[in-house]
This record gives sequence, C-alpha cells and structure tokens, in this order.
Amino acid sequence: MKFLRNLVEGMKPTFSKGGKLEKLHWVFDGLETFLFTPGHATERGAHIRDGIDLKRTMSIVITAMIPCLLFGMWNVGHQHYNALGFLREVEVGFWHKMMFGAVKVLPIVVVSYGVGLGIEFLFTSIKGHPIQEGYLVSGMLIPLVMPVETPLWMVAVGSAFAVIIGKEVFGGTGMNILNVALTARAFLFFAYPTMMSGDKVWVSTANDMNFPLVDGFSGATSLGHAAAGNISKVTPMMDSFWGLEAGSIGETSAFACLIGAAVLIITGIGSWRIMLATLLGGAAMATLFNWVGPQLDEAYTTRMYMQIPVLHQLVLGGFMFGLVFMATDPVTATQTNTGKWIYGFLIGLLAILIRVVNPAYPEGMMLAILFMNVMAPLIDHYVVQANIKRRMKRVALQTA
Amino acid sequence: MSNIVRIRKGLDIRLKGEAEKVLVQLDPAKVVAIKPTDFHGLVPKVLVKPGDPVQAGTPLFADKYNERVLWTSPVSGEVADVVRGEKRKVLEVRILADTETRYVDMGTGDPSTMNRETIVQKLLKSGAWPVIKQRPYDIVANPATEPKAIFVSAFDSHPLAPDLDLVVRNHGADFQTGLDALGKLTKGKVHLGVSDRTAAREFLDARGVVRHTFSGPHPAGNVGVQIHHISPVSKGELVWTVGVQDVMLIGRLFRQGRFDASRIVAVTGSKAKNPKYVRTIIGAPVQAIAGSVEDHARVVSGNCLTGDNVGAEGYLGFYHTQVTLLPEGDQPKFFITEGWASPGLNIFSANRSFPAWLMPGKKFAPDTNQNGELRAFVMSGQ
Repeated sequence: MKFLRNLVEGMKPTFSKGGKLEKLHWVFDGLETFLFTPGHATERGAHIRDGIDLKRTMSIVITAMIPCLLFGMWNVGHQHYNALGFLREVEVGFWHKMMFGAVKVLPIVVVSYGVGLGIEFLFTSIKGHPIQEGYLVSGMLIPLVMPVETPLWMVAVGSAFAVIIGKEVFGGTGMNILNVALTARAFLFFAYPTMMSGDKVWVSTANDMNFPLVDGFSGATSLGHAAAGNISKVTPMMDSFWGLEAGSIGETSAFACLIGAAVLIITGIGSWRIMLATLLGGAAMATLFNWVGPQLDEAYTTRMYMQIPVLHQLVLGGFMFGLVFMATDPVTATQTNTGKWIYGFLIGLLAILIRVVNPAYPEGMMLAILFMNVMAPLIDHYVVQANIKRRMKRVALQTA
Repeated sequence: MSNIVRIRKGLDIRLKGEAEKVLVQLDPAKVVAIKPTDFHGLVPKVLVKPGDPVQAGTPLFADKYNERVLWTSPVSGEVADVVRGEKRKVLEVRILADTETRYVDMGTGDPSTMNRETIVQKLLKSGAWPVIKQRPYDIVANPATEPKAIFVSAFDSHPLAPDLDLVVRNHGADFQTGLDALGKLTKGKVHLGVSDRTAAREFLDARGVVRHTFSGPHPAGNVGVQIHHISPVSKGELVWTVGVQDVMLIGRLFRQGRFDASRIVAVTGSKAKNPKYVRTIIGAPVQAIAGSVEDHARVVSGNCLTGDNVGAEGYLGFYHTQVTLLPEGDQPKFFITEGWASPGLNIFSANRSFPAWLMPGKKFAPDTNQNGELRAFVMSGQ
C-alpha cells in the first residue's frame, strides 16, 4: 500500500498541469481516486462525514447483479444444449454450460465496459471533470439486457450511444434523465429490430458440429409466443421463476433478481418503495386483465394472453429484472417518497399493459421505465407542490 | 401538561470520546476573545481600543444598527487587541485577563417583582442580552420586539454533547431565576423541552414554564425541532430561544448582580486526551480547555456537526458549551483497507452497506475526511 502510494505520488507530476501527459490528468485522477480516497478534509458544514460514497454505492449494485450474471451465463449454455437436443442423449455438465455461456457473455461485458469507459475517459479529458462511477453499473446492465446473439459491434454502438446521448450530454452521472442501460437497449431495439427481437437471437444455436436442432424448436421467448397467440408454448411458471427459458442474458431468472433485490434492500441502496410499488402496479394490471379476459369474445386475439395468472405474468420476461435494477435507478427515478409509490406503480401498470395489449412490443418493461423516467420530474414537481400547498394552508389559517 | 413527543426520524452518531462525568475547575483564562463572527448578520461597532482597562461587564462592542444591544467583557483586565480581517471586518476582541476578576456592579433583584422594561434594560446593559436568539434567522433578539413564546431546550442530542443534567446540578436557583426573567419578556409562554431520560429535578420541577417531553434520536434536542412540534413559527411571528447555560447566566445576573460569563464545557472527541467537563468562561482559549492539543487534530468549538473549526489557537464560541477534538482526515485512504471497498468495520455510516448497523453498541472515531470527492447528488435507497 505504501509502495502503491509512492508509485502514484511519483507519477503525479507527469499528469499535472505542465506535465507531459497533462491532457490525461482526469483519467489519472480517476485511477488514483479508485485506489485511494483522496485526503480531502471537510472545510465547511459538518466536520465528520458519512462513510458512504458513490464508489461504494455502485459496487454494491454490481454485487447485487452478480447472481443474475452467473445465472445468465449458465442459462445461455443450458438453452444452447437444450436446443441441440443434447439432453436427450447425453447429460451435459454444469461446467460445460457455464463455460459455453461465459464464452458467449463475457465478450459482451468486456465490450460494453471497454467502449463505455473509453468514452467516459475521453469526455473527462475534454470536459475536465473527474471520472464518475455511474458507468460501472450501466456497463454491467447493458450486457444483461442484451439477447445473447447480439453482435459485439452492436453492443459497442449501443453503449456509445447510451453514454454520449443518454448521459454525457446532460452532464454526466447524476444528471441524466433516462436510464443509461435502457437507452442503449431502446436504441438498438429501434435501430436494429431484427437483431433485438424475434426468435433468432435469444438462444445461441450455432455449433461447429452442425448438430441438428431439436424438432419443433423455436427460439422465441415466452413473451414472443404469448404475443403471437401461442399461449400453450409459454414457459410454465416455476421454470420462469427459476429462469429456465429464453430471454435476454440476465433477465430470465426472477429468483436471481430477488437475490439482487435482497442485497439492494438490506444495504439500503435500492429503494424498496419503488420495487414494491412496481410489483403492486404489475399485479394490479394483471389482475384487471384476468378479470377482463374471459369476458371478451373469441375474435379478440389477446384474450388468452390476458388470462395468464398474475404471478406467472410477473415472473415472465424482464419484469423482475427491470423492477429490481432499472426502475430503482436513483438518478432517473422520482426523489420524493410519495413520488416513488406513484412512479413504481405506473411502471408496473404500463409494463404489463404494453406487453399484453401491444403485440409490436413483446416486452413492455423497457418502454414503461423509459416513459416513467421522463415523467419522474413531473411527478416530483406535483408532490412538492402538494406539500407546499398543504403547508400554506396553515399560514392562511393563522393570518385569517 | 407534559405529553411525550416522539421523534422517529433521526440519527445518533455513536462517537468515541464522550466526556467523563467529572467537573474540573480550570485556572482563570489568561486571554479571552469575544468574536462578533459568532453572531449571524452582526455588524459590530467597537467601543474599546487596545490598552483600555475593562471590568467584567464593560461594553466591548455594540450592534451598529441597534446600539442598545451590547457585548461586554467576560473578564476584567485590559483590551489586548481588536483583530481585524479582510476589509477590516472585526474578527475578535481580545482581552488580557487579570488574575482576580473585578465585576461591574449591575445590582441584584428578583425578576418576578420587576417589570418587563427593567428586565430588558438590565439584560442589555449587562451584556447578557445576546444570549437570547430570535427565530426566524437565528439572530440576536431585537429588544424592541416581543416574541410569541420563548423556547429552552433542556437537553442536547448532538454527538458527544454535554449532559445538561450535570451542568444544571447545584445551579437550580440560577436556572429558575433565569426562567423567571424570561417569563417576563413574553406575553406568551416559556416552553422547556426536556428529554424523556432526564432525572434532573431542576428541569422537572421548573416553575413558570410549560414542560414538553421529547424522546428519540438526534435532532430531538434541537430547539428548532421542538418549536416545530410545540408551536411552529408562522409568517410574521417571532420566537426567542435560549440555551440552558444562558438561562443560568441570566439567573446569576439577577441573583449576584454581575455578568458572570462562566461556562461548563464538555471536552470531547476521540482526540481528546482527557475527556471531561471543565468550568471556564465564554471566549476562553480552547487550548486551555482541552488541556493539550496534539498535532493533526481538528479543534472544533461546539459539536462535530455544527461547530466551528477554530484551530488549536482559537477561542471558545459565544454559544458553545462543548469542544470536540477530531483526527484530521487529510491523508489518502487505500481503497481495500480503509476506503470504499473495505469491510468498513471502523467506518460509521447511516447506510447499511457498512456493517455499523450490525454493531449497535460500537462507537466510532471518524476523522474529518470527506470520504470521497464532489459528485452530483445520487439519492439512493431512501
């Protein structure tokens, strides 16, 4: 540690004003502050400060995502070997599936971090502000919301778009209006729809040996099936809960998401209000559909979709993942407690609504969250105004 | 009369270095300083020159815009210096103290038999008036106004704050006389906010006040919080607030007829060699109060949340009843051992990503490091 400190101190002049690599000052600063919390003492206000900082906050969120990532890797392998029908003849081991998944997933993670952080470094050098930690989380979220067959260049383009348009133009971490990772996904979803939806991208079927696919194999997700009206092909509820289905890398397992939720709620990093409200919103909409569905006549195509049981509806697709990791993003969510209930409830409501009623968008979570991100400041505004109004009443009473 | 107000939202920061419950009489301070900067918005008009002899109770400066309000010397001796800063702003008036304090005689009297104007006059003339603060704005009260109520908080819930039960012990008569005087200043009530844990008869048996009991974590002891729960200040209203030791100071003025500015100060903090209570005087040098100050320690007059960094050579603030010594946090921290990625067994945080919440009895010794750099607000998990 002493050695590292001396090393850093020795390199400092090169990166300071007048030094050879002055332009890279903020990159150096970012790495230095990663290793050492700087010795900045308080100057005004309270003399002692809480131990938490953005680096710790972000690293807790990343920790919470690890179950999703690991399960996602395994599931990529699992889906692959399932599609090839291996399970029928030979039992493929856990590590085989894990290895296959790692080979598929890790490059996406590396590209996402590489491109995103590279752009962050570039921006800090140009704009002269310190590197901020926000991308540590976004860089992990982006791979988790991608289909496994997304080409790496597309991940790179998506990450670049998200960092530049989603975040840096607004002033960096803490200033963005839209969730960065969802901006990347939404961009790719609308720019390259064939690569982000349909039934070709969710399961990796390519193999060197030219093994044939299982009879009747379809790479569509449960939501894809449901949107197409094939309710019978939707994954059973428990499989959906554990995550044994096709889907984006990290989103399939509601169980892994719940582990993440537990970490976020116990540490107090994620807002339990938003999570609970989103769950309630989704459940409310699904219940409503359950009630409406049987009363519609046969010609109405989503009739059967509406009748999927509430719990099943909630563990399908990316609902849980979005609820735990996306909706709770402290920057883009509402800031007031009352606002959080409204914001979360509407996300849940809209996500199920879009998913069931609009067949063009098999998964509504992404759009619901992005839409509510935009609405969040408005919700906060009205919550604050209501509070002001309530307090003004007391003044009016006193003066009257 | 006394219903408990429970404060639910708050935080008691558990710090090492609580003052031991012994009271030590300090030697009389050699130099004391009264700092006009302790008072919000005050423009002082200095009435003395270096070399002028003063007694305890001799005016040093007045409020330029309200010259009835005087600040007087807490000791007798000679004006040593009027320290000025940028644009000749008056920072300190320093007085070289005699070994034996001579007091200006203000005359004794029982406030319960006096009328409001006499009491106001006496407080103004003696220099005890500035202990009364006005809300809104937390400024020295304007003697031309009358508040709707006066609030006294009988406990301090700040980290390591002095135990006011101990402070008021054996001074019940002073405290009661002070309350009697305050009672004459307002047509409204004098509200005394006591802790649910207090056992001091001086507080529980105080006469002429409305007593309110508060429980819960800091900021339950903050007078502003108490005002909010008892009788919030609406537009156009004024309330006055006085600290417990200041009520005692007013009481001494009436009982002894002199401006006796003595203070019981808690010496606290993890860097305090000998945390204890000392009896000293307003404006005494913190070095004398703390005993000795080691290098690399921050000397705070007041508590660690709202106090002033006065440095080892500084003086006790006018309203302060506590000196806190904290380790200075100007050294970088390696991320795995003490920084953001560390287990954080010795880091206090209200956030549960540090294990502090799992160790409810553990006390911490945080330094003054900011624990991070400037960032945009990210309001996580609330």
